[in-house]
Amino acid sequence: MAGQLPKIYVYRQLVQAKLFIDEHYSANINLDEIADVAFFSKFHFTRLFKKTYDYTPHQYLTRVRIDRAKELLSSDMSITDTCFAVGFESISSFTALFKRYTGSTPSGFQQQKIKRKQEIATTPVKFVPNCFASQQGWTENSNFQ
Amino acid sequence: MITRMNHVSIFVLDQDSAYDFYVNKLGFKVHTDASMGPDMRWLTVCPPEQPDLEISLMSIQEGMMFKGDAAAQMRTMVSEGTFGFGVFECNDLMATYEELKAKGVEFKKPPTKEFYGYEALFKDDSGNWFSLGQKKDKK
Repeated sequence: MAGQLPKIYVYRQLVQAKLFIDEHYSANINLDEIADVAFFSKFHFTRLFKKTYDYTPHQYLTRVRIDRAKELLSSDMSITDTCFAVGFESISSFTALFKRYTGSTPSGFQQQKIKRKQEIATTPVKFVPNCFASQQGWTENSNFQ
Repeated sequence: MITRMNHVSIFVLDQDSAYDFYVNKLGFKVHTDASMGPDMRWLTVCPPEQPDLEISLMSIQEGMMFKGDAAAQMRTMVSEGTFGFGVFECNDLMATYEELKAKGVEFKKPPTKEFYGYEALFKDDSGNWFSLGQKKDKK
């Protein structure tokens, strides 16, 4: 059993499980599969994972999916495509979880990001503190103002 | 009264490579990535749980900031590991150490017990080094 192994092996197995989630978040993975990667029983694995990362494996998987969804929405991917690309099976559960984790709906979040990207493209110097911008000579370029 | 820090800069040899290191290896989030003209880019990243601290990954280029030979000298100093820029924190030092090692991050010092707690030292892709500790309340 993992509990009898030296601690370093336990850590390596937990890290493998975390990296498995990081890599396979878009697939239909479940706790059994994640625990199998770490060679732990489900109960033991959940307890160790939570102790190490402060989240249960399921909470962590959801966070990874929402984080990735934020990136995809920021890159103008449609909400439907984003939902399925990050491993959710229904738009309604995706929208509800997204709002719970970020405070915004996917469409509200995407509109904010599109607006910000447009502002960055037209007036980038607005996003740079003056001490850095003037040091680089960027404040002298009137196109950025 | 000063209350918070919200921007800090790190000088890097290559912004594309630094992006890959800080985002794909360390897991930081991109805050702002703005083109400021030919070969000029304002790129800031944040630790995942500290979205209001922008770390600017500053390119070392000859220009207004680095005049004459200063850019070349700065590049040499960065690549030789002259600069230690700060201390990062994680939930669990051993787990984070194992994960970053698996991703190819180079450590100058593995997790070691010091009088102030456990600490490891790692280098970024340019040569800057950082201390890595874990939350004080972690058992």
